[in-house]
Amino acid sequence: MARITMREAISQALWEEMERDPSVFIMGEEVGVWGGTYAVTKGFYDHFGPERVRDTPIAEAVIVGAAIGAALTGLRPVAELMTINFAFSAMDHIVNQAAKLHYMFGGQMILPLVIRAVGGGGRQLGATHSQTPDAIFAHFPGLKVVAPGTPADAKGMLKAAIRSQDPVLFIEHATLYQTRGEVPEGDYIVPLGKSTIQREGRHVTIVTYSKMLEISTKAADQLAKEGIEVEIVDLRSLRPLDMGPVLESFKKTNRAVIVEEGWKSYGVGAEVASRIYEEAFDYVDAPIKRVAQAEVPLPYNRTLEQMALPQVDDVIKAVKEVL
Amino acid sequence: MEKRDYLDLYHQMVVIRRLEERSAELYQQGKIGGFLHLYIGQEAVSTGLISVRRPEDRIITAYRDHGVAINCGLSAREVMAELLGKVTGCSRGKGGSMHLADVKKNFWGGHAIVGAHLPIAAGLALGDAYQGNKAVTVCMFGDGATNIGYFHEALNLSKVWNLPVLWVCENNQYGMGTAVERASAVSEIRRKADGYGMKSEAVDGMDVMKVREVSARLYDEIRNGSGPQFLEVITYRFRGHSMGDPERYRSSEEVKTWLENDPIGIYHRYLLENKIASEEELQEQIRLAEEEVNDAVTFAEASPEPPAEELFKHIYVEG
Ligand SMILES: Cc1ncc(C[n+]2csc(CCOP(=O)(O)OP(=O)(O)O)c2C)c(N)n1
Ligand SMILES: [Mg+2]
Repeated sequence: MARITMREAISQALWEEMERDPSVFIMGEEVGVWGGTYAVTKGFYDHFGPERVRDTPIAEAVIVGAAIGAALTGLRPVAELMTINFAFSAMDHIVNQAAKLHYMFGGQMILPLVIRAVGGGGRQLGATHSQTPDAIFAHFPGLKVVAPGTPADAKGMLKAAIRSQDPVLFIEHATLYQTRGEVPEGDYIVPLGKSTIQREGRHVTIVTYSKMLEISTKAADQLAKEGIEVEIVDLRSLRPLDMGPVLESFKKTNRAVIVEEGWKSYGVGAEVASRIYEEAFDYVDAPIKRVAQAEVPLPYNRTLEQMALPQVDDVIKAVKEVL
Repeated sequence: MEKRDYLDLYHQMVVIRRLEERSAELYQQGKIGGFLHLYIGQEAVSTGLISVRRPEDRIITAYRDHGVAINCGLSAREVMAELLGKVTGCSRGKGGSMHLADVKKNFWGGHAIVGAHLPIAAGLALGDAYQGNKAVTVCMFGDGATNIGYFHEALNLSKVWNLPVLWVCENNQYGMGTAVERASAVSEIRRKADGYGMKSEAVDGMDVMKVREVSARLYDEIRNGSGPQFLEVITYRFRGHSMGDPERYRSSEEVKTWLENDPIGIYHRYLLENKIASEEELQEQIRLAEEEVNDAVTFAEASPEPPAEELFKHIYVEG
């Protein structure tokens, strides 16, 4: 197994799928000649050519809309939104079209579509370019929403997403592209809609995903030095949401902290906490805690921005509060 | 064209007219819910346009879709059953009036968000271009839809990528209650295509033969690689925007003038004057259409409601 970055893992998944299946193609802003805004598709244009690596105008609605149409004809487009913040310009096509066509036409229309979008804060890009609006998209039945936190999952889940018959929003995190990890070579598939236990422990359960997996792992490392053993469940998919490992872990530890980068209100933590209360109330030994972004548009100033984003210390504090 | 082709066009237009009239009644009786947008007055547009498509050509339209569905070869039964929300409807009762489709007949809906299907149409055409299919995607939309961003994104992309799309604007003079010149910076809508370097023309949408003729030529050109083209069809809806429209935005004189241009009347006279069909033969077509629609209503009313398990079906293909 090779140790590669998240960027390389995503790139590898795309490359291998395009080699494997000629119906897979990429479209988006700057995906071709430029090589991808985040260099994920570097080298693709020269290798696969302009028909399969399609530079689009800056027009998010038609990027997603045309990808939907092409998917309806049996192709497997991977539409890239330069960042998830621009998904709002394509909102109708994501939530009103992609998420609904299969159901609304009684199962006739099939959309094997992937929308890749990078999100997340922490790079001083200001309020409009730093969002983690994952929960908004996960609200809609009909759409699959996944956000891997490790290079291996990124590769395996992107391959699964490309092979899926359903529309998948694949959310990447801008500050995870350099993260390294062991990634199996070749055909490695991680099924969508499965959460997983990333670290075992017996005192408290942290439920998290994407960038916050990294933050939570750092917190767990520090807590371990004090003898506190944290179990970490990585959701990986927000819809469908697999509560199995979460409940299993919670029934063992009886305490949970949910860590997400997005805002707390109406967020992933709210959903997971209420599911735990609904499905494992008898096991609750302490009120469930949520760690999330401060309820502000993310500021530019570095100090303020870091104040607003969940930090390792916030996670440690929350864990100690539930113990 | 053979005589039976002429009669078939007539038949289709009369089926649409009768189906719409019966739908209005069923709506008043509370048997059809939601929004109901009738195609009465515009029958010649989709009938002419679709009469020359090949099976591989894809059709996609907005919510005013009953006529388009009939022209695409859906049966009056499955259309009516969908309007009544029955499981025998073309979308299993889960789409309703605005969401008719039959993918096997290359009819891709029925879309209720104004303009949102234009980007999807570009994608359908991209699919064909990518796979080397010599097919044309025909995308129909209203005058009102030319003012939303999707229209511009879709036209631009279709031209940049030279996609085989025929953009068809059904200019029925109003988007709900707003006249074209009150909503569109250019009231000669076809000129919007100029901004994308796209060839455009206009045609009288009350004359099915004229629509058919121009469509046939445009399909040919597009099939042979002309890239996207734009057709503005001048037409008029004889009824309100949807059921319960108080119609304060237009005068009864205006409506009366247009009613004199009834597309079915125009075609009826054309067939008689050119001695293509006799009055008796046309009356026979009217009778058959009437029967077909009656049968569709009986079928739809007798059809079962979707079973409860249908609620959770078709959210995803997998899992
Ligand atoms: C995005 C969006 N905005 C508003 C509406 C509400 N609406 C439905 S039909 C319509 C008028 C559209 O007019 P036009 O495109 O000319 O089509 P016509 O009804 O005349 O066939 C409006 C405003 C909608 N369905 N979608
Ligand atoms: Mg109109």
